[in-house]
Amino acid sequence: MRRFSWFNATSLTLGFAFLYLPMIILVIYSFNASKLVTVWAGFSTKWYGELLRNDAFLDAAWVTLKVAVMSSSFATVLGTMAAIVLVRAGRFYGRTLFSGMIYAPLVMPEVITGLSLLLLFIGIGLDRGVLTIVLAHTTFSMCYVSVVVSSRLVSFDQSLEEAALDLGCTPFQAFRLVTLPIIAPAVISGWLLAFTLSLDDLVIASFTAGPSATTLPMKIWSSVRLGVSPEINALSTLMIAIVAVGVITASLVSKRAAVKQQKDERAAERAEAA
Amino acid sequence: MALDAFAPWEDPNADPIIHFQNVTKRFGDFTAIDDLTIDIYEKEFFALLGPSGCGKTTLMRMLAGFETPTEGTILLQGQNIAPVPPNKRAVNMMFQSYALFPHLSVWENIAFGLKRDGMAKNDINDRVDEMLRLTRLETFARRKPHQISGGQRQRVALARSLAKHPKLLLLDEPLGALDKKLRQETQFELMDIQEKTGTTFVIVTHDQEEAMTVASRVAVMDHGKIIQVATPDAIYETPNSTYVADFIGDVNLIEGKATSKDNDKLSIAWAEGQPEIVGTPTTEFGNGQTVHFAIRPEKVAISAEKPEAANALQGKILDIAYLGNISTYHVELAGGQVIKAQTANNRRLSRRTFTWEDNVWLSFTDTAGVLLER
Amino acid sequence: MRRLTLIAIPYVWLLALFLVPFLIVFKIALSDSALAIPPYVPTLDLSEGWAGFTAFLSELDFENFVWLTEDDLYWKAYLSSLKIAVISTVLTLIVGYPIAYGMARAPQEWRATLLMLVILPFWTSFLIRVYSWMGILSQEGYLNQLLMSLGLISEPLIILNTNTAVYIGIVYTYLPFMILPIYSALEKLDESLLEAAEDLGCSRFTAFWLVTVPLSKQGIIAGSFLVFIPTLGEFVIPSLLGGSKTLMIGKVLWEEFFSNRDWPVASAVAVILLLILVIPIILFQRNEQKQREAEG
Repeated sequence: MRRFSWFNATSLTLGFAFLYLPMIILVIYSFNASKLVTVWAGFSTKWYGELLRNDAFLDAAWVTLKVAVMSSSFATVLGTMAAIVLVRAGRFYGRTLFSGMIYAPLVMPEVITGLSLLLLFIGIGLDRGVLTIVLAHTTFSMCYVSVVVSSRLVSFDQSLEEAALDLGCTPFQAFRLVTLPIIAPAVISGWLLAFTLSLDDLVIASFTAGPSATTLPMKIWSSVRLGVSPEINALSTLMIAIVAVGVITASLVSKRAAVKQQKDERAAERAEAA
Repeated sequence: MALDAFAPWEDPNADPIIHFQNVTKRFGDFTAIDDLTIDIYEKEFFALLGPSGCGKTTLMRMLAGFETPTEGTILLQGQNIAPVPPNKRAVNMMFQSYALFPHLSVWENIAFGLKRDGMAKNDINDRVDEMLRLTRLETFARRKPHQISGGQRQRVALARSLAKHPKLLLLDEPLGALDKKLRQETQFELMDIQEKTGTTFVIVTHDQEEAMTVASRVAVMDHGKIIQVATPDAIYETPNSTYVADFIGDVNLIEGKATSKDNDKLSIAWAEGQPEIVGTPTTEFGNGQTVHFAIRPEKVAISAEKPEAANALQGKILDIAYLGNISTYHVELAGGQVIKAQTANNRRLSRRTFTWEDNVWLSFTDTAGVLLER
Repeated sequence: MRRLTLIAIPYVWLLALFLVPFLIVFKIALSDSALAIPPYVPTLDLSEGWAGFTAFLSELDFENFVWLTEDDLYWKAYLSSLKIAVISTVLTLIVGYPIAYGMARAPQEWRATLLMLVILPFWTSFLIRVYSWMGILSQEGYLNQLLMSLGLISEPLIILNTNTAVYIGIVYTYLPFMILPIYSALEKLDESLLEAAEDLGCSRFTAFWLVTVPLSKQGIIAGSFLVFIPTLGEFVIPSLLGGSKTLMIGKVLWEEFFSNRDWPVASAVAVILLLILVIPIILFQRNEQKQREAEG
């Protein structure tokens, strides 16, 4: 019954225009033929071609992808473990310190996290490269994963696990066969979050990368500091497109699952009524 | 000398405080209120009763000013209130959810409306204290709504809506959130407060017992129309339709064909092999016209021997519902029809005579039931 | 036993890669810078045993912190970071509240979509979102082109490389952090409370101030901290959109480290930034705690 009032419609329109116009402009101008990025000189996809021939960018993209896959996978395992410890392990010595170390990285300025990790790697004499970036990214993104997973675990009905134990499961089987499938959506979104955080990170990677590895954000950074460039516009458009396709697919899939569940429930009700 | 009964609706010279004139309210294709005309008088405790979706809440929200009629006019003391916004109406509402402001204390909640009127500080203090006394909440003034019980919250909501001396107080299912025992106590409290303050109350409820208990008049609604407006006893004893008879309390409904008899009685042929039922009509029925005979279970007597009565039917006890003070017997007649009869349990259980499968006689006088056209 | 392993693995990981590095920062903040690798003294030499350790301790001092108080660059950087963080938090609140309000009052079937539209930018690169404003705000950028073609200005406005651009960048990138907590507070708001306020004599506007705003207070506070805390240490936005006059502590730290290679001073800057952040972080935690208690 409810409709948009003119005030709400206006504030939403202006608000979303503000959120999306800059990116839309970026996408449009990535197809600009001119090297002068602010002057429109006709449609062209030549900057995408240039981008694909630029080995430095391709190498950086490959490094970033490797780092993101590895660090988000480690972070998911560690973060899920940490979440179980937070929610289920009860009291143990040093629990306050533990939960402090989980929440602190969420609010820690990236410059400080980056600096401290760099000083550690130098202190123990670890050569900086892909490995150090993976270690750094795993550490800060496992905290995000554990927050996502623990919020799901808190609302998890523990009697399900007790039922599994009652029916003869070992605690580990109960976790693997009952708890894990149910919290799986949270674990998956934790992985996705860790993956994007890693893809996105500039500051921590800059501190921990060293000369032997360059990630895509670092490459973008060094070129945009000099100003707007058409190649970066093209690269940005590709990244925006990938994210948009990913998010829209994910939301369609989950919507379809929800619709299917509703349909099944209704069918079950009808069957019961009949 | 008996006191004059309070019945302004019977006085042709009385001016109603609220007058609905052919009011219709539509939401899109849905007609919530359908060409409705009704008067409510000062100091009345008026109940709008009906199933959910019958339009009673819409009617109330139009009085409060949250909805405007699609057609027709609503007069408050002769003034058309359609152009008056809710915050300018001398009408206050007690919400079903109570809608107590969670960030304000009990005291501040009650004072909220008074402050809006720009009342002097001392007057506000006095008025809030008076309301706290009236609703027995003095000791809870500083608490927040989540720190008091459901019954106390209900009284805060009442105090808040009464604080501004409204000409009309609207109560939307005011007791719906309370449990049964508390609800019964609160009903009497509400009547008491209504009498003390002399405010006109309009209550919306789907609970017929509640409406019967508190109201001076009850309006039974269905599908946006008012089916009957009358005092609780008139609604119960002389419903104007099978809908009202069925909605209020328990009833046996029997459909048959009318035949006029002498001395203003009517005979109803209703089932093969059963004697015709004799009743007293209040309106004209033609011979052969369909008639609905409605009789309350407590007006049907049950006995082992055939009694001397205008109507007597024989059957077998199918079910007994023992409710403590009364018992309801479901008696199956030879043709398979079931009639309910109710008796007061004046004696202890062990002394009672009827049990399952017993053959019994049901009887009632020729004035016990009501004859309805529809 | 299994429980112990479960606790130990993430615990040891965080100790080694979060707490220890942190202590190292503290330690280096107390060291002196040197032209060496690593570029600071003293370094801990465990081969000399206890004597080495005490010698190491005796060489630590607060010289770098003294240095920070003497050079007014650092003072100004901290103060200007605070100022920029406060102003941009207020601006984000002003921009974000109406959007959150509009979302919470939108028809039910629209809300999931609107929510997704607010969250979607989170998934796109932060760097790219900041970068997108460079083309808009530059002197020959799209904004100036638009304003000049409309005849509103004759000379291009200088926005890029000023604090104004930094404010725009911060409001833009942190807006979702403000919208989401306010939206979740407003969505829970029972509409009959507003009707009750009107019924008791409030106009729509006073009902908004007396009921809606107080009841969304928790969301406003949470959103403000979520913007304020990361903004204080922000590096990317002031570096890309701000000018040479834009002083922010994250940028100073970065330059101290990468350009001046003065690790001890960079560490001291980090320690002080952290001390400043402790207060808002504790306040934020308390607000969250209060909210949980109110709900539970």
